[in-house]
Amino acid sequence: MKESTGKMTGARALIECLYREGVDTIFGYPGGVLLPIYDALYDSDIRHVLVRHEQAAAHAAEGYARATGKTGVCIATSGPGATNLVTGIANAYMDSIPMVAFTGQVPSSLIGNDAFQEANITGITMPITKHNYLVQDAKELPRIIKEAFHIASTGRPGPVLVDLPKDITTEEIEFYYPDKVELRGYNPTYRGNLQQIKKAAAEIKKSENPVIYAGGGVISSDAAGELKELAEKIQAPVTTTLTGMGGFPGNHSLFIGMPGMHGSKYANYAIQESDLIIAVGVRFDDRVTGKLKSFAANAKIIHIDIDPAEISKNVKVDIPIVGDAKGILTNLLKYAEKSQSEEWLKKIEYWKKQYPLHYIEPATCDGIKPQYIIEQIKEACEDAIIVTEVGQHQMWAAQYFRYKEPRTFISSGGLGTMGYGFPASIGAKLGKPDKVVFDVSGDGSFQMNSQELATVVQENIPVIIAIFNNGYLGMVRQWQELFFDRRYSSTCIQDSVDFVKLAEAYGALGLRATKRDEVRPAIEEAIASGRPTVIDFVVECEENVSPMVPAGAAINEILDLERKE
Amino acid sequence: MRHTLSVLVENKHGVLTRVAGMFSRRGYNIDSLTVGVTEDPTISRMTIVVRGDDEVLEQVTKQLNKLIDVIRVTDLKSEETVERELALFKVSSDVSNRSEIMQIADIFRARIIDVAPRSVIIEVTGDESKIDAIEQLLRPFGIREMVRTGKVALRRGAKGVSS
Repeated sequence: MKESTGKMTGARALIECLYREGVDTIFGYPGGVLLPIYDALYDSDIRHVLVRHEQAAAHAAEGYARATGKTGVCIATSGPGATNLVTGIANAYMDSIPMVAFTGQVPSSLIGNDAFQEANITGITMPITKHNYLVQDAKELPRIIKEAFHIASTGRPGPVLVDLPKDITTEEIEFYYPDKVELRGYNPTYRGNLQQIKKAAAEIKKSENPVIYAGGGVISSDAAGELKELAEKIQAPVTTTLTGMGGFPGNHSLFIGMPGMHGSKYANYAIQESDLIIAVGVRFDDRVTGKLKSFAANAKIIHIDIDPAEISKNVKVDIPIVGDAKGILTNLLKYAEKSQSEEWLKKIEYWKKQYPLHYIEPATCDGIKPQYIIEQIKEACEDAIIVTEVGQHQMWAAQYFRYKEPRTFISSGGLGTMGYGFPASIGAKLGKPDKVVFDVSGDGSFQMNSQELATVVQENIPVIIAIFNNGYLGMVRQWQELFFDRRYSSTCIQDSVDFVKLAEAYGALGLRATKRDEVRPAIEEAIASGRPTVIDFVVECEENVSPMVPAGAAINEILDLERKE
Repeated sequence: MRHTLSVLVENKHGVLTRVAGMFSRRGYNIDSLTVGVTEDPTISRMTIVVRGDDEVLEQVTKQLNKLIDVIRVTDLKSEETVERELALFKVSSDVSNRSEIMQIADIFRARIIDVAPRSVIIEVTGDESKIDAIEQLLRPFGIREMVRTGKVALRRGAKGVSS
């Protein structure tokens, strides 16, 4: 325990703890019970970004965390402020993103009385946080905050919530910040078992059809370099999940794209015909595996994951290796030898040529294909950070950009949260101010948090929102087209809003492109402007995301859906 | 298949909710759950009886271990464990059949802990099958109310789950 640095209020102590945790930016929205904390923030060097809805604070904190690798921090008041964070917390939980959320709470004496703006937020968030705390004694506050940051960022990362009753923030305490954390029930395993690693190496050597299947764990453990080395050494093709995008270079000859529902045909075929899956930092999500029974039926499965509960949760694993991906891959590299994959790689090359990701360009330049916009953004700014909302545009952004670096693709994977991308792009831009940040958006998703235009204008955060405007809730429409006989029940949102005027109303730059040859100039103008910008790309309204594995099918039962002109 | 899990947890408010919530959220069924403080006042022990095959047991154990407040989870194998349950039965009874009920209680080493003109309360401890058996015998007299604690269990011998 360090020496006391004097007496201070709980609110001041909170700020002091944030300093010591290296927090430079927090996202939040004030309220009655938070007044002592906001008063303490007024004198601090920590940048507080005032969002316009608490949900955006949580998403922005997450975007910041994903872009930087640091722990994101958000704060909201009690009751409705706290419940508005819930979606963002759930999103961070599903994608294992380190985040600490602070919520104000009514004074201790009123807790449980259904007081004004009271909600039992620790109860509400229990199933969607890695851990949470209700601070009951101001003296405990520094220890709890130390633990919260430790839990959020170690092991399998995740969100931690700290609920702060108002009296805790006004009470004077002697400030001690603990040096280390002592949690007897929390001891994540980092080092993978050496015997298991050797077993894995032996399987790799024997394997003729190996596939590396890598996910978000590669990004969070900073293991992209080791992954690339391993793939090259053992000569195995690599597929990365949505949250694993950028964990392996998208332009590498061994890269075979994303697996699963909207994965490439060749990734899905490769998985299904493989004899060995080397799964790294993935959790065998149903959007990847399709019908579980027929997933990689003839493959042995090596599963590297820091969370033991992920082993054999969905798919039976032959060689589990529990621990941190970076360390395990480093060790595996020492023992692994080349697999017997010469013929296999030829077959994969053949599949790649036979079934490339593609779309059919319209004959004239009148219509804009959404895939074309992704390609143009890539050509204009290859090292941009692409953040997405959820829907068709998200899948196109995953398929067509070819991310080269980790932390350059930020998307809501597990929860699939519409309205995520714009606030997350705010966090990403603040975390990486030198990068161009695009929010690739649909017209539906954008309207879920478009109020944050006020935030980016007031705070001068120049993100570019690229709206793929097709007048539909596109992905749902696609499902209705395919599985509900084109009965477009409540998915048409045509003419609902003029996005250029909306941008201008907030003081942002609004641009529109309706023809193919207007796409690139609009992108260039947005980047050059240095201002928060909305580009309304009016795209072909019934374009589908292709290929597609219908829900519940095996992943090699994959359909081509491109529209013929 | 039923499994008895001994779960050592931090003795803090809200821990029971976290544990019970994990079961309900993931769709696992608790047959019984008892909780009380241990020889170390900062630690509570939960004895949880859960139904499921080995895969369910493995997932339950791993998911419990993920909770920050859970210190240790042990699957207690029946052959190396002593298990007890406490039950109270309030049985309809008057002078005509009181002695008969007392005889049954005697046989089961149960105790009569309340006598009223028209009822008695019987306390019994034992494993599940013993309590089931006395319940069967008392039923014809008319069980007005009954309560069972659920199972508590300790590993036999000097070795505990925390060592």
